[in-house]
Amino acid sequence: MSSFTSTEMMTIAAARALSNEDVCFVGIGAPSAACNVARLTHAPDITLIYESGTIGTRPNTLPLSIGDGELCETALTTVSVPEMFRYWLQGGRITVGFLGAAQLDRFGNINTTVIGPYDQPKVRLPGGGGAPEIATSCQKIFITMKQSLRGMVETIDFFTSFGHGRGGDDRQKHGITTAGPSLLVTDLAVWLPDPETKEFTVVSLHEGVTRDAVQGACGWKVRFADDLSVTPPPTPVELETLRNLNERTARAHGRPKQKVA
Amino acid sequence: MAKFQSLRDAVAENLFDGDVVAFEGFTHLIPHAAAHEAIRQGKRDLTLIRMTPDIVGDQMIGMGMVKKVIFSYAGNPGVGLLRRMRDAIENAWPRAIETVEYSHASMANAYEAGAAGLPCAVFRGYKGAGLKHVNPQIKSIICPFTGEELAAVPAHHPDVAFVHAQKASRRGDVLFEGIVGVQKEAVLSAKRSVVTVEEIVDDFEGLHPNLCVLPHWTVSAIVQVKGGAHPSYTHGYYGRDNAAYLEWDKISADRDLFTDWMKTHVLDVGPDVFAGRVKELER
Repeated sequence: MSSFTSTEMMTIAAARALSNEDVCFVGIGAPSAACNVARLTHAPDITLIYESGTIGTRPNTLPLSIGDGELCETALTTVSVPEMFRYWLQGGRITVGFLGAAQLDRFGNINTTVIGPYDQPKVRLPGGGGAPEIATSCQKIFITMKQSLRGMVETIDFFTSFGHGRGGDDRQKHGITTAGPSLLVTDLAVWLPDPETKEFTVVSLHEGVTRDAVQGACGWKVRFADDLSVTPPPTPVELETLRNLNERTARAHGRPKQKVA
Repeated sequence: MAKFQSLRDAVAENLFDGDVVAFEGFTHLIPHAAAHEAIRQGKRDLTLIRMTPDIVGDQMIGMGMVKKVIFSYAGNPGVGLLRRMRDAIENAWPRAIETVEYSHASMANAYEAGAAGLPCAVFRGYKGAGLKHVNPQIKSIICPFTGEELAAVPAHHPDVAFVHAQKASRRGDVLFEGIVGVQKEAVLSAKRSVVTVEEIVDDFEGLHPNLCVLPHWTVSAIVQVKGGAHPSYTHGYYGRDNAAYLEWDKISADRDLFTDWMKTHVLDVGPDVFAGRVKELER
């Protein structure tokens, strides 16, 4: 077994959560890598959807944006953006929404809008894009992000997309009928929501990671499952698939074709 | 009725200071050449509607043309932040801008409602989300049949919309294919529209009959600008210049570098330069 990085472990652990039957709304970045590793390994028939309107896409390299040409060229079909959000997302035809986060709290609420007050932000982030409705219309939500004290916080500055709110049945109280955040995969651990409180709880630590390391990179007091396990390390096939994908992607995007924008 | 014009005339006759203007193109078919012409003509006090302002929004905001931006994702997709837009929001450089922020679903629905001649869009949105607390334009409505609370936002009715497309026929019908975004809805929601195209052909005979076509009587002006979407792309003609998107992150990070870049690549040149920019990207 060759060695692997914590980011590789995160991507592969996230990929394993997806099945062949899933219809997945893919966020850009780490979620996109995880979804395509799933497609290239154990879930060849998974349906991947990007918010640009591409349905059933099979890109050879990871797209830089949600609308790279290859997503359309390899898709089963491509629909307009109004149709994507009305018929497919709002229509309840998507099983998993796979999101990243700038700030996350223990209940899976996500902020990608602002750090600091909305009207006078310390940092203006890109905002939600499709995420506010992805978070409530997909049957369930998976989240993946690298852990940091800045990212995993006690209280997020802005509710870009609603997870479990204040926990318990808060989601239902807001009139939301879908399951919401159901899995969190970080570079250190795999987390599942507590069935009652909905607080994310560590269920497995990645190989070589300690409880202290997880707590040291998390801004809330971490809960660990009683039967805490170790995440199975990447298999040679998983690792080779991810590395080849990343290599093809770097080659495709790194080449400066033009000097001007 | 579509008029075939130079880009200069099409912009001068359709975009005015103070207008509410939509530039659309969802990653694909972004009308860069048209935006550069608007910058050269020094249009002022615009309200820019654009789902993802992207590089064209960053450039227009950085040049001080925009007083208000209506948007749903202020990022350079896959790269990071829009640094000129951030500088305007955080430091009022080169001027303060008002922002009205929605979600993608909201913007798409608002265009669709505009195209349909409705005053507002109704959809299942913003449940538990923070935007409805900071944007007073996001309201709710109760379904008269089921009692469900739904989100309501005002329809987009821009004065003018700019989009880029693959082909126009000599009659002025417009053909789009690939990632079609909200371009059709943006044009149909607007009072006037300018469509830049890669190519003008005799007719669309022999092509797929369902390619997103805007009939000539829905478009105000058609302009041929080869490469007019660069560094975005035109499916079937040339690919997305991802390296240029990555490079924009560095150019836009510095006010002086940005200003110099705009002078060299926009203010001092004409739309003809776009053909050369896509030469190496052609399929």
